[in-house]
Amino acid sequence: MEKKKYHHWKLETDDDNIVWCYIDVKNSSTNVLSSEVLDEFSDVIDTVSAQAPAGMIIASAKEKGFIAGADIKEFTTIEDEKDALTLLNRGHDAFSKLEALSFPTLALIKGFCLGGGLELALACDYRIALDDKNIRIGLPEVLLGIHPGFGGSMRLIRLVGPILGMQLMLQGRTLDARKAKSSGVVDYIVPERQFMKSGPIQIQRKPLPKRAPRHLNILNKLPFRQLLAKYLRHQLNKKIKQRHYPAPYKLIDVWEQYGDNEKAMLKAEALSVAKLANNKSSRNLVRVFLLQERLKENKHSDGFEPENVHVIGAGVMGGDIASWCALQGMQVGLQDREPKFIAPAIQRASKLYKRRLKHPRLIRGVMDRLLPDLNGYNLNKADVVIEAIVENVEIKKELFQDLESKLKDDTILATNTSSISLELLTDGLKDPARLVGIHFFNPVSRMQLVEIIYSAKTGKEWIERAQSFCCQIGRLPLPVKSSPGFLVNRILTPYLMEAMVLHEEGISAETIDKVAVDFGLPMGPVELADTVGLDICLSVAKNLAEKLELNIPQRLEDMVAKGMLGKKSGSGFYLYKNGEPQKQASQSSGIQHREIEDRLVLRILNECAACLREELVADADMLDAGMIFGTGFPPFLGGPLNYARSRGVKEISSRLDELKEKYGQRFTPDAHWEKLVEET
Amino acid sequence: MVEKTRKSASQKYVYIVDGSRTPFLRATGVPGPFTASDLAVNAGRPLLARQSFEPAELDEVILGCVMPSPDEANIGRIAALRLGCGEKVPGWSVQRNCGSGMQSIDCGVQNILNGRSDLVLAGGTEAMSHAPLMFNQAFATWLGIYTYSRTPQDKLKQILKFRPGMLSPIIALLRGLTDPVVGLNMGQTAEVLAHRFGISRQAMDEYAVNSHLRLAAAHDAGRMNEIEVLYDANGKYYDHDNGVRRDSAVEKLAKLRPAFDRDFGQVTAGNSSQITDGAAWVILASDKAVKKHKLPVIGKIVDTNWAGLLPQQMGLGPVHAMTPIMKKHKLKIDDIDYWEINEAFAAQVLSCIEAWKESSYCRNELQSRSAFGEIPLEKLNVDGGAVALGHPVGTSGARIVLHLCHVLEQNKGKTAMASLCIGGGQGGAVLIER
Repeated sequence: MEKKKYHHWKLETDDDNIVWCYIDVKNSSTNVLSSEVLDEFSDVIDTVSAQAPAGMIIASAKEKGFIAGADIKEFTTIEDEKDALTLLNRGHDAFSKLEALSFPTLALIKGFCLGGGLELALACDYRIALDDKNIRIGLPEVLLGIHPGFGGSMRLIRLVGPILGMQLMLQGRTLDARKAKSSGVVDYIVPERQFMKSGPIQIQRKPLPKRAPRHLNILNKLPFRQLLAKYLRHQLNKKIKQRHYPAPYKLIDVWEQYGDNEKAMLKAEALSVAKLANNKSSRNLVRVFLLQERLKENKHSDGFEPENVHVIGAGVMGGDIASWCALQGMQVGLQDREPKFIAPAIQRASKLYKRRLKHPRLIRGVMDRLLPDLNGYNLNKADVVIEAIVENVEIKKELFQDLESKLKDDTILATNTSSISLELLTDGLKDPARLVGIHFFNPVSRMQLVEIIYSAKTGKEWIERAQSFCCQIGRLPLPVKSSPGFLVNRILTPYLMEAMVLHEEGISAETIDKVAVDFGLPMGPVELADTVGLDICLSVAKNLAEKLELNIPQRLEDMVAKGMLGKKSGSGFYLYKNGEPQKQASQSSGIQHREIEDRLVLRILNECAACLREELVADADMLDAGMIFGTGFPPFLGGPLNYARSRGVKEISSRLDELKEKYGQRFTPDAHWEKLVEET
Repeated sequence: MVEKTRKSASQKYVYIVDGSRTPFLRATGVPGPFTASDLAVNAGRPLLARQSFEPAELDEVILGCVMPSPDEANIGRIAALRLGCGEKVPGWSVQRNCGSGMQSIDCGVQNILNGRSDLVLAGGTEAMSHAPLMFNQAFATWLGIYTYSRTPQDKLKQILKFRPGMLSPIIALLRGLTDPVVGLNMGQTAEVLAHRFGISRQAMDEYAVNSHLRLAAAHDAGRMNEIEVLYDANGKYYDHDNGVRRDSAVEKLAKLRPAFDRDFGQVTAGNSSQITDGAAWVILASDKAVKKHKLPVIGKIVDTNWAGLLPQQMGLGPVHAMTPIMKKHKLKIDDIDYWEINEAFAAQVLSCIEAWKESSYCRNELQSRSAFGEIPLEKLNVDGGAVALGHPVGTSGARIVLHLCHVLEQNKGKTAMASLCIGGGQGGAVLIER
């Protein structure tokens, strides 16, 4: 047999006449399926097929991971449906050829096996995964606004049945090793010591490839298919809206129509993905994915790898930061003045770990790393010290001055303040360059964004270190110049105030919230204010009032004075029963709806423009990233400025003028809009 | 290795450089919030965090524990790993019943003296509330035969042999507190001593009340800073020994019924030590380690000794263990500034005092020409003892050594003796100087 040379694949035949086919994508640390890689793969199959070996094993030659999926950067170059279809058909043809091979085929999976990677593995007869904690297996395409397009939807349903198969694809859920085995997506999970041996043994055993049990396959037939499709749509509707996120709905459509015809389904699947890929929603979601990657690259680590974190102040924020850091593998000290302040934090940590880790041995391991530290014994061992005490300049300053002398030379000294300017806190420090803001959002375990706050005095190396610390604990760092409210709270505040003005005008809280949720926000502004706590909203608003020329609604002050603080006190704008707001049905006409939406959203956009003018973040993309990961600004819109651009920057600015005429100065378009108009 | 041993020839004493313990938590009938290893880890974490050396620099970890749970085989190694000492620090466990926590210290002392170790974490832990209920022999046999029956007929036959009585559990804790050789439970051995030395119920109860009041006073005066706060998963924290009864009074104790010799006995739950969970550690160091890490010395261990006696009189273990140390170092009672004799039972501590006062006992049992004299109560268990704070069996030995270091420090004392009685008829003693 002639030896062909491939760029991304490597073939070896072992003594048992089994071909080992290693994927090793050139000039990339991870394996992704670009069209070039797929083309070669198609050729690889032909070559191996001609050789007629005893079997073929596909494995990764990279240190980490099998295949991460399709090449997302290539995605952004797709211009139209035809383009997309060409790419998809490449995959389809290659995988169909793989499936049709006359000898047994097996995918040997370590680390991540996602999207196109799993679709490739599904076209093999067998799948064996390495049993370790790095295993991530799934078809998360919906998160990018598409659904599996290389035959994965048909093959996954064929393997595990429609209920589990559809659920996995609709939610874009990825599985760990244990779940991948119990769901039947892989045949075996094996420890490192048997991993390489297991492939050839399975090939020689040659059992029938696994298929979903027959009783589940009945659901692929009519009329059950229609019933299940209806149920699945119903489940989706509870969480998302079709016009925001069409991909999962399209997947249901494809299956409902062709669920009992494998060939037709493959064809329909490709067509559907080709359409979706050119849809705005998908393009924006891909954008969000790339923004996320950019935030992660935001570290220029000088090899700074913190292992020990010390948090001072065990309140909600401090306690949750500490428990999160311990969960992410750090040794953590949590300090407060008295045990009674620390105890609730330990309880919350234990709940979080139970939910996340389940296994008592793992929970105990993390709890052992979280040291309740009344006396601050851990302080001088810490690589990162985060202050999360009461928001009082004098008390904080005193603390920092005291801390400065006790820390190791390379320890990050950070504050989690949400309202105090960094400049005010560096007074009296021997080295003011050292203090950096690491501003987490509540709840820490769910909010991905962390604002890295710096002032003119802050040293670059400390900003970078803070960024790499955040990356190491699985959060997304966004450098923000110190200024009242920083980025996220500042942009949210005018929006929350507008919601309260609307409410004072007599529009029901339910209506206001519905408009925001219909727009795509995860929660309406009124409920958000209640959830954050009205006292906190008020103090943030007061803090910003001067700078942003805010009029704080009297109603808000009255409610706080009366102790109506929102969810935590049981009543705010809503009444709460068991922590759930008691909502009435909302009514509003279409025109009114549009007006409310613009009043809310344009206040966000206008403040975004102001922040760009003040250069609080590096560029508009970073601002979009901040708003998406810090507030849940609708990802399918690609961020506030992306939304403004797609609506037309000029149109936004003139709409602001209109609103200003009607509702007053607060809608005065920021000067920066003119610059944005010029740029387009 | 050889060189190390030679160097150690100059090592005369072993230093205690720090220590800590959990609060002692009274058992409430259900398993407490912490297992034995949880207790050890939570006492040890802050202790290690405040040291100038890293946990990995320890030479070994030794932990005494009488009844670790089935998941805690070699609990000493489990504690070492969970404390972040790393895989290279060996960990082992010792069991000498009530003497386990003192045994671990003695093992550390010996290893430092012979040059094997320079820095040792030694202590004891016990979660008595977690002591298991076990199936009895009859049920275990029945189940074994059932499991190995191959045919349905055999299985059925075995099922028919089942009797509900087979399910009556064995309470491991009660078995553990009963002497398997002479068949007396620990409370009954205290009754034996009360009879031998004529200790009255009134005297026992008065002693017990005093123990509670002393412990309460010690907590109030902030003399218990050896305690590290425990936090559980339900948002509760524990910062003091919760067995203490501040309102304890002789009239109240007089109402309790005897707990062991139920009809005519005198030893009650009120004048005995409590069933309790807790852990205690000390850090032991050689001269070299003290210099290398600039460790503060809070006490030095001058001598240790173990003794055996009749299991029925195990409560006199302390006098048998202490006497040889007193003789060897030519010490009189007045030379010792502070004493800790673990309060397994009030009757037992009082009997120890009586034994040293009685010349016939000292002559016949301790081979002394005359009586030793009387240990003054104001120097004995000055901050209360196990009657008030409980006796987690594997822990108490380490606790009294640690606490004596603090007592010497607080009162500017020089010499102290810690001693305890051990179920099965033994005693252990440690002589400490500051």
